[in-house]
Amino acid sequence: MRYTQLTDPQVHDMLGVIGVDTVDDLFSPIPPRFRVKGELNIPRGVSELELLEDTHQLASRNRDCTEQVCFLGGGAYDHFIPTLVDALAAQSEFLTAYTPYQAEASQGILQLFYEFQTMVCLLTGMEVANASLYEVASAAAEAVLMATAITGRRRILVAETVHPDTQRTLAAYMQQQDVEILTVPVRDGVMDEESLKQRLTDTTAALVIQSPNFFGCIERLDRIIPPVHACGALAIVSTDPIAGGVLKPPGAFDADIVVGEGQALGIPLQYGGPYLGLLATREKYLRKMPGRVVGMTTDLNGDRGFCLALQTREQHIKRERATSNICTNQGLLAIRASIYMAAMGKHGIGEVASRCFDKAHYAAERIAKLKGYELRFPKAPFFKEFLVRTSRGVDAVLARCRDRGILGGVPLGRFDERYADCFLVAVTEKRTKKEIDDLASALDAA
Amino acid sequence: MTTLRTSPLISRETTPLGPSLRSGDHPVLFEIGSPGLWGASLPESDVPTVRREAVVPKELLADVPPPLPEVGELDIVRHYKRLAHRCFSIDGNFYPLGSCTMKYNPRINERVAFMPGFAHVHPYQDDADVQGLLELLYRLRCDLAEIAGLAEVTLQPAAGAHGEMTALMIINAYHQSRGQNRTKVLAPDTAHGTNPASCAICGRQSVSIKAKSDGRVDLDDLRSKVDDDTAALMITNPNTVGIFDEQIADIAEIVHAKGAQLYLDGANMNAILGITRPGDFGVDCMHYNTHKTFSTPHGGGGPGAGPVAVAEHLRPFIPVPQVIRKDDGTYTWSDDRPQSIGKVRSFFGQVGILVRAYTYIRSLGCDGLRDVSEKAVLAANYLAAKLKDRYPTPFPPPHAHEFILVPQFGDSGVTELDLAKRLIDYGIHPPTMSFPIHHCLMIEPTETESLATLDRFVEVMLAIADEVEQNPAVVKSAPHTTPVRRLDEVAASRKPNVRWRAG
Ligand SMILES: Cc1ncc(COP(=O)(O)O)c(C=O)c1O
Repeated sequence: MRYTQLTDPQVHDMLGVIGVDTVDDLFSPIPPRFRVKGELNIPRGVSELELLEDTHQLASRNRDCTEQVCFLGGGAYDHFIPTLVDALAAQSEFLTAYTPYQAEASQGILQLFYEFQTMVCLLTGMEVANASLYEVASAAAEAVLMATAITGRRRILVAETVHPDTQRTLAAYMQQQDVEILTVPVRDGVMDEESLKQRLTDTTAALVIQSPNFFGCIERLDRIIPPVHACGALAIVSTDPIAGGVLKPPGAFDADIVVGEGQALGIPLQYGGPYLGLLATREKYLRKMPGRVVGMTTDLNGDRGFCLALQTREQHIKRERATSNICTNQGLLAIRASIYMAAMGKHGIGEVASRCFDKAHYAAERIAKLKGYELRFPKAPFFKEFLVRTSRGVDAVLARCRDRGILGGVPLGRFDERYADCFLVAVTEKRTKKEIDDLASALDAA
Repeated sequence: MTTLRTSPLISRETTPLGPSLRSGDHPVLFEIGSPGLWGASLPESDVPTVRREAVVPKELLADVPPPLPEVGELDIVRHYKRLAHRCFSIDGNFYPLGSCTMKYNPRINERVAFMPGFAHVHPYQDDADVQGLLELLYRLRCDLAEIAGLAEVTLQPAAGAHGEMTALMIINAYHQSRGQNRTKVLAPDTAHGTNPASCAICGRQSVSIKAKSDGRVDLDDLRSKVDDDTAALMITNPNTVGIFDEQIADIAEIVHAKGAQLYLDGANMNAILGITRPGDFGVDCMHYNTHKTFSTPHGGGGPGAGPVAVAEHLRPFIPVPQVIRKDDGTYTWSDDRPQSIGKVRSFFGQVGILVRAYTYIRSLGCDGLRDVSEKAVLAANYLAAKLKDRYPTPFPPPHAHEFILVPQFGDSGVTELDLAKRLIDYGIHPPTMSFPIHHCLMIEPTETESLATLDRFVEVMLAIADEVEQNPAVVKSAPHTTPVRRLDEVAASRKPNVRWRAG
């Protein structure tokens, strides 16, 4: 049978050592009436060749982004992934290791996570970071739980410009905890600062805001965070780590907790997951932070080494009093992101961000000039993504683009009726001027 | 007995070829490279450069990019190569880590997951563009329901703990739909830490119930604690001491009599695939750990996936969207579930991991899955039998796919931690330690190891027992062959240094 290596004579001998007659005897504690009679209703196993045919057949019925030109975003982006990322992350010492609980046998991965934590701090402008959470939406929920624990308050504000999946995830988590969520409305593509001030009170635990936000617009963190702090609440900022190459990171505006979607850092689209939840915060909140953390220490000889630190925050020690229930995290994606950040480096991250910025602005200018198209939020500054309104019918124009092999944008009607005539266009460093021009002409012809 | 040699992971001695790879000698990323270097390249820009100050308020603009490392391509390769060399892995080492199911991760899983039709599709592409992937997810959710013996599966949760939380949310929503707000969740005191922690995330009080000395649930204690305020009992079966609790029908009856739900932590599914089904023995709801049972790799701590299977009465509450098959045979996502708990994460789930789980299940099929559990259970019982004279098991056989030892080293002063560290010198990853009972080792060989590997493990364990008698110092000061010696974990937490600071 595939993947097992015990032959029938060996099985026979092993049963003899155990002192039973049949393998079935080993299952004697399972009452007979609960035994599966016959076989499960699942096809029988197949050879590798047949499996490749089956999966290839399924894969080939998907039109992927390597054969089309992708302007889709909304939280998942078609960024360039250097060859090093796939090549080095695929090393099976990383792929087939467990969580590094046995430090001496896991120094490589531990050091790697330590470096990851450091680079996440550098990109977010924060003091400390953990070794990953699942993805951005649950990371935001964890950040809110952390904020309620720190402040002892049970009401949060969430900007309406935060990704809808994050908002829905927050709603599901907070409903369990009886934490009240108030939404702060959007105005001209960004959170309305006046409404924020009206809603902030001395019972507010935190504001959750995203910048660049779901519409691609850059929020005024410089003006938003001070009033949040003034009433003793925490500022939780969800960010795009790539944006740090052009924009000041949230830490520069005194954010208390930064979360982010790390997918842009060398992780393939994979239809939405697995991605990489980032969480960084102030040093003084380190012991309230969810998730694994690696620390540098020394060994018996005084040599430098690494191990999991502050495990007393975690579920395997603290059980119901843990800061979170997370156990398995996104280790391999943190490894990918590390290799990406190392390869891009200071220069590359600046280049990637600048290209995204320039190309997105070029695309926005081209599209806004077309008849029947305009920027939905022309006043708001943006980074790599912008919202387009069309009078020509969103589904129709995007279908036309698809016919030309262009994924032209994400229609927003599915999230919010108010944006039924809008689609979101993301432009990464991978898009060429010609591809942008092709998008513009496809839209124009639609 | 053949002489056993320890197998150095990396020698700490200085080699004739140059400096050793002692950890202290191996730089962190921030100590290598030179200003101006980078390890990637991008095309020249083909669009006009936008003057940033003209379009973004200058308060929001960065003056310089963040100070990431500046390292050339070859040195990046060497850096990560060296880090990889400093890790135990299933590919390199026997890894009998109880509760974690460290089985062989078939290479084909990776190959399939990286097919462009799976790896490079965007979550907001049209359903029409991703029919093959949706069909795969649909088939997987049906297969997982069949293996569980339950009605429907959500693929959304990101890992086991996330699955537990999702399931508790579902259970809470179910009780609330019946006008009840039940605040307690029971779990045996031998439950995994994520069980009570998930209760806390869901705002429920976790109450522990006792295990009897034979490892089974104490039914009297259970009866005394289940009441009208009990939302659920979280149980692991086979349980965390590696025993199938044959009282399961009674347990289910006691729980259901009070209107509570029976939840199964599916971490130990590797012991019962195709042999018995949780839904058949009274479970209402359970999670899978695909990274354990279905061998989607562990990746140094993740990612995993934690699909949740539910019985008929819980179906209205599972997360949205759900992948469905339409009457015309095409596939789509459905949001039509008015009583749903909503979403527990962004997008649809850990799709790349689910592709691997699908590949694994298809590869083995119903016959292969059953074989997995038979061989996993056989291997565990074989090791327990071979070791029992020197390492008694507190819980009598038959064991499920894993078993527990509590090493008795008399007055030698040697502890289970020392034994664990000494195993590293022999190239074997230590078993799980001190969970679920103090001073224990939990050993899970899995079905994929050869008899030779199992026998070598036994030899090594016996050799260490001899060492404890003859030369306990060598065990107490282990490991001796790793890039670092035992680490000061206390200092790492007392004075945490969790990020590099230059200078
Ligand atoms: C018994 C048991 N339950 C739950 C979990 C949690 O699963 P995960 O790590 O996938 O979140 C684990 C594994 O770590 C486990 O062993």
